[in-house]
Amino acid sequence: MMKKFFAQAYVWILLIILYAPILIIAIYSFTEAKVLGNWTGFSFNLYRNVFSGGLNNSLVRAIENTLSIGLISAFLSTILGTISAIGIHNLRGRKRKVMTFLNDIPMLNPDIITGISLFVLFVALGISQGYMTVVLAHVSFCTPYVILSIMPKLRQLPANIYEAALDLGASPSQAMRKVIVPQIRPGMISGFILAFTLSIDDFAVTLFTKGNGGLETLSTYIYADARKGGLTPEIRPIMTLIFIAVLILLIIINFRSIKSTKK
Amino acid sequence: MRTFKRSYWSVPYLIFMLMFVVMPLVMIAIYSFTDASGSFTLANFKRFFTTPEDLHTFAYSIEVALITTVLCLLLGYPAAWILSNAKLNRSKVTVMLFILPMWINMLIRTLATVALFDFLRLPLGEGALIFGMVYNFLPFMIYPIYNTLEKMDKSYIEAAQDLGASPAKVFTKVTVPLSIHGVLSGILMVFMPTISTFAISELLTLNKVKLLGTTIQENINNGMWNYGSTIALIMLLIIGVTTLFSDSEDKRDNESGGLI
Repeated sequence: MMKKFFAQAYVWILLIILYAPILIIAIYSFTEAKVLGNWTGFSFNLYRNVFSGGLNNSLVRAIENTLSIGLISAFLSTILGTISAIGIHNLRGRKRKVMTFLNDIPMLNPDIITGISLFVLFVALGISQGYMTVVLAHVSFCTPYVILSIMPKLRQLPANIYEAALDLGASPSQAMRKVIVPQIRPGMISGFILAFTLSIDDFAVTLFTKGNGGLETLSTYIYADARKGGLTPEIRPIMTLIFIAVLILLIIINFRSIKSTKK
Repeated sequence: MRTFKRSYWSVPYLIFMLMFVVMPLVMIAIYSFTDASGSFTLANFKRFFTTPEDLHTFAYSIEVALITTVLCLLLGYPAAWILSNAKLNRSKVTVMLFILPMWINMLIRTLATVALFDFLRLPLGEGALIFGMVYNFLPFMIYPIYNTLEKMDKSYIEAAQDLGASPAKVFTKVTVPLSIHGVLSGILMVFMPTISTFAISELLTLNKVKLLGTTIQENINNGMWNYGSTIALIMLLIIGVTTLFSDSEDKRDNESGGLI
């Protein structure tokens, strides 16, 4: 009994330390003080500012960019990832090994290396950096994760199900659309959510590929803001909201994977 | 033939990867062995190994990464063990609570750490840096260890107990060796990002402490691409060596549809 008590105490103390910083931000999102740590009375004003455009425009634009880049990259990664996963699934031997190895590189590469290597590439090719290059960069590091979430679903497919569909008279595109895709859809959806999370979470790669055109995502905005010194107080409710959004997303993903293992 | 082989579907991805993953890395290698005019030189490497400031940053980064990794292991292993032990912990919620911070933006977590230190009126500096690193990367240590311990066949432990091993013996001779894969990937998942991080150190030490990542960023930002690439290549080599200690085959076998 004592052992269990100490074990639980240890786990909860670690959790409290892990969550203390986030909790402090969440608590201080309900007060207006410029400096974090000063409590000037309870208020929803920071939240109201976030939603009513009382914010300086650049922050709103940064949030819009983060979301649109996240959605576009997740969409493109899911399409590219699905096609590639089907291709890799049908590869054998050496070719398959090469593709799996290539697929592993972006996941093992530290993001600063991904960032500067793409930066160097874009500069060398004379591609001007901005929205497009950020999306390209995000697709390049999100797609491997999409492929990894689709591959197990492909492996679970009955062997020759595609050929069976063709024998029964389906055209190749019908066999894909009506047989394969519905079967692997859960993997595609998990992959999409994962890619979206990775994209909105990214900082280093975005920083190096966004160019000097003034494009900011939330991460790079916060970084620039923190470097200047004081953090805009409105960042606090935004962080809190992001935290809650991630929490909800995770619960959904978790619930989906529990459901699919039960099947 | 009625079909265009489905394995061809991987061709666009192959081209994409060669273009945006392999090429950029090759460019880094090329830049690091050339000077600004594009001719071959080893001067960048010579410069790195003869500049005391950069060598110091290099050694310091490795030191910080090692301290962080060791602390994460010491704090994380017991936590992973408790979480995977059915007698001590039955709730999956605590497991999820440990994993959740992995999905919060690192910058946000770091700024939250700054906020915590401000709140407690503690000074920022080396202590804050180590705390921030451990805080950021602890979940990455706990998760893989928890996974291996969870999948471990518990009958080995019972067998050892039946054969008369003391609890300490069971732990050191059975549990730890069987979870070594998890420990290795945990070490990799903590060491790699700590050695390559750059924003965390800046924010947590008010720019007083420089890590390798910051040096790379500064050089790239100042247009010294060749020298920046050289340091990046050296960092990649260190990471490559670390990766050798983990087996990626193992990781691939474990992949399942879900994330958690």
